[in-house]
Amino acid sequence: MSERTIDLEVLRYDPEQDDAPHFQTYRVPYREDWVVLDAINYVKDELDRTLSYRWSCHMAVCGSCGMLINGEPALSCHTFLRDYPDKIRIEPLQNFPIERDLVVVMDDFIDKLGSVKPYVVPKEEKDIDDGEYLQTPAELARFKQYTACINCLLCYSACPQYALNDRFVGPAALALAHRYNLDSRDVGRSARDDVVASNPGIWECSFVGACSEVCPKEVDPAAAIQQMKIASTADYFMRFLMPWKRK
Amino acid sequence: MNQSNKPIVWGLFAAGGTVSAFLVPVLILITCFAVPLGLLPADTLSYERLSAQLQNPLSKLITFAVLFLIIWHAAHRMRITAHDLGVRNDTVVMLICYGTAAAGTLLTLLALLRI
Amino acid sequence: MSRRPYVRDLSKTGWWLNQPRYVRYMAREISALFVGIYVLILMAGLLGLSQGEVAYEDFLETAEGPVGLIFAIIAMTFAVYHTYTWFQVTPKAMPLMIGSKRVPGPFIVAAHWFGFVVVSVALWLLAGSQT
Repeated sequence: MSERTIDLEVLRYDPEQDDAPHFQTYRVPYREDWVVLDAINYVKDELDRTLSYRWSCHMAVCGSCGMLINGEPALSCHTFLRDYPDKIRIEPLQNFPIERDLVVVMDDFIDKLGSVKPYVVPKEEKDIDDGEYLQTPAELARFKQYTACINCLLCYSACPQYALNDRFVGPAALALAHRYNLDSRDVGRSARDDVVASNPGIWECSFVGACSEVCPKEVDPAAAIQQMKIASTADYFMRFLMPWKRK
Repeated sequence: MNQSNKPIVWGLFAAGGTVSAFLVPVLILITCFAVPLGLLPADTLSYERLSAQLQNPLSKLITFAVLFLIIWHAAHRMRITAHDLGVRNDTVVMLICYGTAAAGTLLTLLALLRI
Repeated sequence: MSRRPYVRDLSKTGWWLNQPRYVRYMAREISALFVGIYVLILMAGLLGLSQGEVAYEDFLETAEGPVGLIFAIIAMTFAVYHTYTWFQVTPKAMPLMIGSKRVPGPFIVAAHWFGFVVVSVALWLLAGSQT
């Protein structure tokens, strides 16, 4: 009796030798408890040492192993072989330049993440000796889900607006801005507006919602962006109607 | 200041989307199906009855507001869809979409004032 | 070692055909086109009404013809789809918190449908009333 095998069709790209990416198929054993990452590790260990890819925690918290699995952005450590047929297509995340094999260039994302001022901007600088900030469970509940982002880039991969215009700040960065805007300790909302409320900010989003569908941590960046659109629209008309009011 | 002016059109888009979500299905039912199917009296949309109902300034105002919001919602959405379908020239798209909405708005205003 | 990142092609026009979720998105957006055309037709009707009985009768004749009926069926389908998708996303855009608990999305959606029925019935009664 022959054991079941899985054919992994992996998109390879060697910048030193290839003009364009091409598929290469590897046959790996099927194991009931394996995830796609295990299969890829098997390839690297046993079949082809040249295969390059990112991974780390193997438990869906580090955000390193994002890739397209049968065309869908997913974490390879979170995707079980048993849910797939005998042939699985594996490609690097969509909408990012390919560095090598399954490794993408994420510099654009890193820049955008930094641009939204992802830190608490307090009302006044507090000394350590002044003690902690106090926050009620209700205040925490307002922003908690938006803290769950692991920067895995699946949302950027799924977002057609990012595909059509890579100046779009993007789901994860905007969700992170929202996380701080909703934090009761923070007063930085207007400071973030230069990036968030700009045309390539929240206004590039057309609420496709694919980002939230693929997010492995249920951050729901689509919801974050729509909420910021409403807040920003209210701000805009307030400024128009009451220009003397300082934010 | 880098901030966008999109809130203007987006505000109209959001209001119009809500209005159309609540009103358009029943409006289509009343205007297109109710009379032919005998669900409402045959004179429901007649010239006399409709003109009479729209004499009231409040009726005119509400009618205008509803049509205004819905047409601007549709116009903005079509602008976005054009972009989604790869049309690069946003200025031309804006002229066509918002221009149509503006023309419709103006004609509605004139019509309601005349009725 | 040299870096030579590769940028993959993407169809700017047909990208949405690649996945069911994008097709559903396009259908959702196109629903607004039919709502828009319907409203333009309503505006044309108002224009006819303002121009007198003859003009209005002409409008009614065109609008109630076979093409009008087919359009009405298509418009109704897309109008209901618009309502359905709009209500579906409302809880995301306007989350309701009671204390530290979030009001479940389906509850907000159901409340909207209830409001929809109330408004529709009210408008229907208004249309049919003999005032």
